[in-house]
Amino acid sequence: MMTGEDTIRPELVCPAGTPASLRAAVDAGADAVYCGFQNATNARNFPGLNFTLMELEHSVAYAHKNGAKVLLAVNSFPPAGQTALWKQAVDDGVRLGADALIVADIGVAHYAATHHPEQRLHLSVQAGAPSVEAIRFYTEEFGIKRVVLPRILTIPEIKALHAEIGCEIECFIFGNHGLMAEGRCSLTNYITGLSTNMDGVCSPAANVEYIEDAQRNLTVKLGGFTLDCFACGAMAGYPTICKGRYMAPHRDDAYYAFEEPLSLNLAELLPDLVKAGVTAFKIEGRQRSRAYVKAVVTAWRAAVDNIMAGREPRIADLLAFTEGHKQTQGAAASKRWR
Amino acid sequence: MAADTISSSIRPLDGPGALLRLAPVPLFPLQPLLGRIVRKIAALRPEIFDRIGPHTAKCFIIDPENMPFVLVLHPDPERPRLRAALFFTRELVIEGDTEAAVCLRNALDDLDGSIADDIADMFGPPGRAALALLRRVGNHDDGRGHDPA
Repeated sequence: MMTGEDTIRPELVCPAGTPASLRAAVDAGADAVYCGFQNATNARNFPGLNFTLMELEHSVAYAHKNGAKVLLAVNSFPPAGQTALWKQAVDDGVRLGADALIVADIGVAHYAATHHPEQRLHLSVQAGAPSVEAIRFYTEEFGIKRVVLPRILTIPEIKALHAEIGCEIECFIFGNHGLMAEGRCSLTNYITGLSTNMDGVCSPAANVEYIEDAQRNLTVKLGGFTLDCFACGAMAGYPTICKGRYMAPHRDDAYYAFEEPLSLNLAELLPDLVKAGVTAFKIEGRQRSRAYVKAVVTAWRAAVDNIMAGREPRIADLLAFTEGHKQTQGAAASKRWR
Repeated sequence: MAADTISSSIRPLDGPGALLRLAPVPLFPLQPLLGRIVRKIAALRPEIFDRIGPHTAKCFIIDPENMPFVLVLHPDPERPRLRAALFFTRELVIEGDTEAAVCLRNALDDLDGSIADDIADMFGPPGRAALALLRRVGNHDDGRGHDPA
């Protein structure tokens, strides 16, 4: 059993793209669920996803009744002169009882801190704050209580941060493994004119095309640009620019020029993360199905509880949920990516 | 799965599709049943139309794997329609308006319980028994399959 400095029970923070997913996550043992409104104020602004005001109100009530927290992501960046929507989201989140607001933009953080000084604030991964100096700026200026770290830090680096930043640390432990500079990626904007960081849409569905030829080979495009091609029968996921395969002059075949479609899975490193001072484990995937959320949260609930009790987690169960059944420990283990 | 119009998703009539068009299976007995099913689901779960939002006026073609017809869905809140139409068989792909398809998928995913259970309930114990049998035969896997998002 973990003892001494390791006895703090980490919070399991789970995704919810819909009210049904939120209830599924709570029922499966989530300590906290993060979600967003149906607009550009959150970084997963996909069609058919997210929450209305009434849905959030009911969801907060459901979570609280079952001992779980709701963290509201207001974590995109308002375009110049268009801050009203973000201010309204902050006001609504506070009024509806969100346990914390997850913010990225310094203007949104300032508005929340000054208009709702009692509201708990978390710093989104979208803020891309990986250093003591950057994190301290947010804690000192806006009273940020927790930072969600970018997925680019080793465990020794996380431990060193923890000793100096004076706020809680939340780490992604499972799901999509995006190594692009979080909060600063403009790839979607370049192709579609819509911004991941301001409109909340990475690879907007309205610009996605699946084109099957007579041999049933599949070409996947975004905004008219080919991101990948799949032979007949090969599985094709939802396309994003950073995980496409491209031709390049120095290569004979198409290859993953940015990064391979792997899933982050830090199950084996959970004890080390706890020792490094991580307060909360975050599962990625607000765009995933309710069934996925239920299954993954159930598996991680058992894994975290087993580790805290000194038992071995059955991490093999989690491989079934990884992207293409391929997983990585990412930067947490080493910094050897391309 | 989705299209702005039906015609945008229809394939050229060569290969197996042409054969099916020449030798159609009788679908007319299915149509009243499908209409009843979609009206029942709409009455039971009206919240789905809010989530589909701007795409309720669109037409979705759902092509079940290994079935010699497709389902044509109009998720109109006032007059929801579902009917069978002939098409050639293939695996599930998304064509046409991807945003509408993603939106419909997310809206369906927000529904608690199972639409299949709702449909089975419409037919009482025989319906539920048939669904249980189908799930055993199909080795029904709730959520461990490929997630396109």
